[in-house]
Amino acid sequence: MTDEPAGPEDGNFGTKETIKTEAIDNKAHLQAYWRRNLKYLSILLSIWFVVSYLCAIIFADALNEVTFGGFKLGFWFGHQGSIYVFVVLIWVYVHLMNKLDKEFGLDEGE
Amino acid sequence: MDVMTWTYIFVGLTFSLYIGIAIWAKAASTKEFYVAGTGVSPLANGLATAADWMSAASFIGMAGIISFVGRDGSVYLMGWTGGYVLLALLLAPYLRKFGQFTVPDFIGTRYYSNVARVVAVICAIFVSFTYVAGQMRGVGVVFSRFLEVPIEMGVVIGMAIVFFYAVLGGMKGITYTQVAQYCVLIFAFMVPAFFISSMMTGNPIPQLGFGGTLVDNPDMYLLDKLDQLSTDLGFNEYTNGTKSTIDVFCITAALMLGTAGLPHVIIRFFTVPKVRDARKSAGYALLFIAILYTTAPAIAVFARTNLLQEVPNVSYEKQPEWVKTWENTGLIAWVDKNDDGVVQYGPGKAFAGKPTFKANESGEDERGTHGQREVTNAPTENSNELYIDRDIMVLANPEIAGLPNWVVALVAAGGLAAALSTAAGLLLVISVSVSHDLMKKTINPNISEKQELMYARVAAAFAVIIAGLFGIYPPGFVAQVVAFAFGLAAASFFPAIILGIFSKRVNKEGALAGMIVGILVTASYIIYFKFINKGADNAEHWFMGISPAGFGTLGMLLNVVVTVAVSKFTAPPPEDVQQLVEDIRIPKGAGEAHDH
Repeated sequence: MTDEPAGPEDGNFGTKETIKTEAIDNKAHLQAYWRRNLKYLSILLSIWFVVSYLCAIIFADALNEVTFGGFKLGFWFGHQGSIYVFVVLIWVYVHLMNKLDKEFGLDEGE
Repeated sequence: MDVMTWTYIFVGLTFSLYIGIAIWAKAASTKEFYVAGTGVSPLANGLATAADWMSAASFIGMAGIISFVGRDGSVYLMGWTGGYVLLALLLAPYLRKFGQFTVPDFIGTRYYSNVARVVAVICAIFVSFTYVAGQMRGVGVVFSRFLEVPIEMGVVIGMAIVFFYAVLGGMKGITYTQVAQYCVLIFAFMVPAFFISSMMTGNPIPQLGFGGTLVDNPDMYLLDKLDQLSTDLGFNEYTNGTKSTIDVFCITAALMLGTAGLPHVIIRFFTVPKVRDARKSAGYALLFIAILYTTAPAIAVFARTNLLQEVPNVSYEKQPEWVKTWENTGLIAWVDKNDDGVVQYGPGKAFAGKPTFKANESGEDERGTHGQREVTNAPTENSNELYIDRDIMVLANPEIAGLPNWVVALVAAGGLAAALSTAAGLLLVISVSVSHDLMKKTINPNISEKQELMYARVAAAFAVIIAGLFGIYPPGFVAQVVAFAFGLAAASFFPAIILGIFSKRVNKEGALAGMIVGILVTASYIIYFKFINKGADNAEHWFMGISPAGFGTLGMLLNVVVTVAVSKFTAPPPEDVQQLVEDIRIPKGAGEAHDH
């Protein structure tokens, strides 16, 4: 995991100058950033919904017919699997947003 | 060395550590007191959030509950972790960018209304007190059981410790003690789990072990064995649910939404320097929480299997030692309904309520013909003769598995760490709500920084004392009101915050109407079934089969509908508020945003 905020001092993408000169585009720029954010959210939250509410609750009985090792799958999703997926989802989000911030010049730098 | 000596050693060591940290991390300004000067690293914040979140209930109670309800226990496992996904994706980064100190701060500013702020303050204080009462009680119980001091004494010792670092250090002190407490509690939780998993399945990793085969029968999966033991005794299969799907759905949702709306969790995300640190702390927090939350269901299975293998259909005289030890603490009781001297265990309650034991005039227990403690409770009709308190599954597990004394003592220190860390986080919310949201922002904006800090310390001190009193004289309704805490957080804060971030159109009128409707409807439903008409608290009478614990989900939906509808018919928020919403959506500049 890349946890050290070791970015170089000069790592600012959106410098003051560019933002000023493109003031009119700025609004569209921010909207594009927000739309991408919403897209990521809807994808990640769909997965969140599927593993917890569908796999572990609504289709739990059906999935319990499937076993791997000693686990029945519906039971496993409720007691283990969904939690693992939750952790992964947050870290994927962290990664995606850090990239997005950089791409749009909206990261906070150091 | 015996268990008590070990317990004194562990508890003494960990408490000195907490006090040492408190002295080192004394807060000098309100910013340090409220948000630790926004200088906490994401890793430290993740650790602190995990300790803050995992209470005595998570540490002691959860595995026990799961081991008695089987698959339906997933509502707690998913409900109390899935909320972090919502928190990380929908709340934490934006609230950090907004950058003030509290949830009422955000509600009050976003909805440009002191009324909304005060509603939020009242909810925050109510939710926090509900929660904290249980923690102080937990401290008292651990003390009384492992160190044989009275519960009251245990609560007072716990209060003194929390008082010291919460009042002195504020958020700064709390944060770094919580980091230490997380380490203590996770170590204490995992060590017995590793031991037991190895002993039963040959695989030391509990998460894998409970899906493995048995050491003494390599052709048999542990979970199949448990299902078989359960059905043999007349219980439902452990790996199948008994609650209705809609109820499981709604309870899970209410716990998730409530988790994401709990003020003592949200406030932790104000302590990091940047927006991206807020996101990352949520990732760390859930990772650290998941270590315990994926181990708990394994412990539940180990404990349940041991229990069903060793206790039922064995004569009282031949019961394992731990049964008698915990009977002496009053958490296990046996009534020999059919007078055969053998312990029969099955579904249903052995008798109504918690056991009350017979004692003679000099206060000694009256023992039955087999040496068991006699209870005064009237036995029920069913054939179950055994009462087992769910809380002992974690506390007694090391004894059940025959682990060394130091492991047993370690669990006591872990339980205390879990209870104290959560209590401190909650007390801080109460203190900040009073000094900042009420005094500074509502009643008297002219007070100086120094005065505000003084108010914060006084409020923290008062809150500790009230919480302690709740611990010593527990109001009978504590268990019932926990459903409140989550239901109310889900039906009030959650929609108000989310809509405030994701909609620019939602306004003061809408948010106020939504919060009030959400709270009133949810509270009325819970009060009706938990206090007014307890007899009707079953699936037949519930609305759409949704229990009071799950009703917060409907309250939340109602809140959203009302908020959006009312906002549509009233004037949009002023320009500067819309600008604020634009601003919090963008991470850049979090450093400036909290100056006020």
